[in-house]
Amino acid sequence: MYTSFYQLIDFHSFYDMYYKIFESLGLSSSASWMSYLAAGGSLSFLAINLLVLATAFYTWFERRTIARFQVRRGPNRNGPFGLGQPFADVIKLIMKEDTIPTEADKPVFTIAPIALLAPTLLIITVIPIDDASFLATLNIGILFIVGITSVNSIAIFMAGWGSRNKYAILGSMRGAAMLISYEIPMALGITSVLLISGSLAMTEIVAKQDIWFIVVMPMGFFVFMAAATAEMSRTPFDQIEAESELGSGYNTEFSGIKFAILFLAEFMAPIVTSAVVTTLFLGGSQGFDFLPGQAWFVLKMFVVIFILLWIRSTWPRLRIDQIMGFAWKILMELGFVNIFLIAIEVAVLMDPVTGLLTSQDLLIMAAINWVFTILTLVFLANLLGKRNYDRPDPVPSPLANMQPKGEK
Amino acid sequence: MISQGIASSLTVEISFWVISISTILSAIAVVQIKDLFRASLFLILTFLGVAGLFILLGAEFLAGIQLMIYVGAISVLIIFAILMTREIEISNQSHYMRILVSMVALGFMLLAISLITSTDWNLIDSRSFPQNQTDEIIATVQNSIPTLSKMLLTEYVLAFEMVGVLLLAAVLGALALVREKK
Repeated sequence: MYTSFYQLIDFHSFYDMYYKIFESLGLSSSASWMSYLAAGGSLSFLAINLLVLATAFYTWFERRTIARFQVRRGPNRNGPFGLGQPFADVIKLIMKEDTIPTEADKPVFTIAPIALLAPTLLIITVIPIDDASFLATLNIGILFIVGITSVNSIAIFMAGWGSRNKYAILGSMRGAAMLISYEIPMALGITSVLLISGSLAMTEIVAKQDIWFIVVMPMGFFVFMAAATAEMSRTPFDQIEAESELGSGYNTEFSGIKFAILFLAEFMAPIVTSAVVTTLFLGGSQGFDFLPGQAWFVLKMFVVIFILLWIRSTWPRLRIDQIMGFAWKILMELGFVNIFLIAIEVAVLMDPVTGLLTSQDLLIMAAINWVFTILTLVFLANLLGKRNYDRPDPVPSPLANMQPKGEK
Repeated sequence: MISQGIASSLTVEISFWVISISTILSAIAVVQIKDLFRASLFLILTFLGVAGLFILLGAEFLAGIQLMIYVGAISVLIIFAILMTREIEISNQSHYMRILVSMVALGFMLLAISLITSTDWNLIDSRSFPQNQTDEIIATVQNSIPTLSKMLLTEYVLAFEMVGVLLLAAVLGALALVREKK
């Protein structure tokens, strides 16, 4: 009963509308492919502009929320509650001079921001905001997302290499190493979802969540969230930028509209990631009847975004070796253990004839997994926390030996 | 699913020509461009084009894997290797045996084309089947991942395990190469 608005922005209804228009213009022979292109084009236009607007308001939300965490007010001068701030920022960025360094690799430097933004925009096409996705209901939905995300590291390489700046190259080398490392735990977290859902299609994953997967496998959720935070290179893991160490990392040389696009891609990532998390772990558009599915989806996205902001404003930045160690020594192992556990549970509990898991099976799995997760995390915390006591004795500074002999 | 339902043959044809021509042009650019970094970027474009061709063939899973492995992993490896090479600006020069090499490459291309055209591809022509069987075939093709994984773990399990052992050996070899000597 609430789907009437959604059916308005649906590929089929757009296609039918354009088909009628082209037919009335007397182009019935080529109407089918022309309306196919026109429907795709206008839906892409809608999706991109909605996302850009959402990103603008997201930057406002992020700055205000982090300001609250840090006991200050945040942007509150332009418009009511400072809501005009993102637009003022965008106008300022566009009016700035767009400089390109003389030594830069100009085409690579120019394409890099676009190459960083495009994958983020592509991900949103396969996310089922209600029963179907915006543009394409792919059979390989989640695999498409993993594949598209991996293009990011190349875009960061292009930005770093194109600017011919050693800090930029250092930032992009670190960034690429980090992004590749964290792709593995992210894929492991996704695999544990796929073991239960039995399908790569996003709509199927949502349909299988009689009990939300965050309840069924908290460990998978933890691994995926940590890896996704690193993939976005946000604060505990923001070695790509590292203002205090690398200037500003890969975007040191960017200015004007190019910097605006990099900024856009960076701040669009949390929105897209929270949409993916909502689909994979929080039951997508499922909810109670008094609100339509899209509203539930947006609400859950909002909660995830807030948790991401909470993480960002609470933790300090990790060192690059700590980041890599966390990926390879902790997250990957947790991911493997989680997959192993869930595979055993699925093999035991699944109905061999129909290949389905009832919600009762899911509840049993949830009970086992919660106990297991809490035990593992307590064990890990003890293991890692103990290291604090075993610190080596402080080495005296070499300068200590250089004092003149007469003194002391 | 939507695309297969609505897309007319002309749309598919236009996308095929656009994708294949850009793939071939970027493949030529990989070997012709002097700047190694740009050449590697064109290589990535070639990989993306191949993924697009897979999608046009209805092999979505292969396209996703192509994106993940070739675009996401192998090309990053190549770029890392390039960044660690000395004198990047003057490399990718033409070799003194380039005529011989191009002859050999041409021979390989002709061989590949003749193999592709002479192979019996076991294609299914949906028009020659009755309606109920066509639906079944389309369902199998559209949901190819369970079929593929079942084949991998039953009929081709030996090859699958061999690949796993090979990758493990490669990882161990890399570790042995970079191990600190004591």
